[in-house]
Amino acid sequence: MIGLIGKKLGMTQIFNESGECIPVTVIQAGPCRVIARKSKEVHGYDAVQLGFEEVDTKKLNKPDNGYFAKKNSPAYRYLREFRLKLYKDINEGEMFDVSMFVEHEIIKVTGTSKGKGFQGVMKRYGFSGFKASHGVHESYRGPGSIGMCATPSRVFRGKKLPGHTGNATVSVKNLQVVKVDTEHNLVMLKGAVPGHRNSIVRLRKEL
Amino acid sequence: MDIVQQIGKDQMRTDHPEFRVGDTIKVYYKIKEGTKERIQVFQGIVIQRRGMQISQTFTVRKSSSGVGVERIFPLHSPNIDKIEVVRFGRVRRAKLFYLRKATGKAARVKERKRY
Repeated sequence: MIGLIGKKLGMTQIFNESGECIPVTVIQAGPCRVIARKSKEVHGYDAVQLGFEEVDTKKLNKPDNGYFAKKNSPAYRYLREFRLKLYKDINEGEMFDVSMFVEHEIIKVTGTSKGKGFQGVMKRYGFSGFKASHGVHESYRGPGSIGMCATPSRVFRGKKLPGHTGNATVSVKNLQVVKVDTEHNLVMLKGAVPGHRNSIVRLRKEL
Repeated sequence: MDIVQQIGKDQMRTDHPEFRVGDTIKVYYKIKEGTKERIQVFQGIVIQRRGMQISQTFTVRKSSSGVGVERIFPLHSPNIDKIEVVRFGRVRRAKLFYLRKATGKAARVKERKRY
């Protein structure tokens, strides 16, 4: 298996062997059970579906409970799929945990970024805005000109303008595994990971 | 307890003496040069303590041949061999940034009496 579902617990720092201070994100990952395998012939794509965080059947509705009963599996709160071609040697019911990751390994993390609401172009796209003085009035944070004149007399598609920011799926590559705690199912990654605390992230090995 | 806080707490050091802003301290800091390790002593006045839990740091200021030198140490760093308090100072500020501009008599810190 190449990935796990995890929960971002928060950030802290740890000191490595040479005494350097390293900022880490702590992620509770797995144990995950393989719930289903999807194949190109039947489903249109190759993937493995994993379940994370076992939950009481009373917490789920009938269709969900029926799905887990059909798969002879305990109920899980979160289901996520990993696109994977080489899933032949992975069977339904198999369990995976953090021991799949090793220290100093480089992995990719996908999560949902923090929602920022409706934002202007400075925060959203890093525009420079205008000067606060030297005669500028009423447009300190504006986007400036958004196009030409009678030709083409329209705004080009894809023009960067204010709008809803954040709350989108974001992947971060090249995150280094600093520490793996198999006892508590924890992975510590160097640097930040998208999303707020207790948000669900997907960890994937970079192949 | 919160797992993230516990991770920090497990690394925290409890062997440092208590010291406050205004105290003069000696920091014995381990320095690695290639494979060799030696200890460097940095003595000065603590002008700032900030942060909490594992991320606490403190700033030590000294005057080295007329030039002010400040160093920031992480309080729980394993590279700190030990800390010694040389003199207890009595100050009325949490941060002693005024020492950067003060010279001569104004740059002194009163001794704190301990009973």
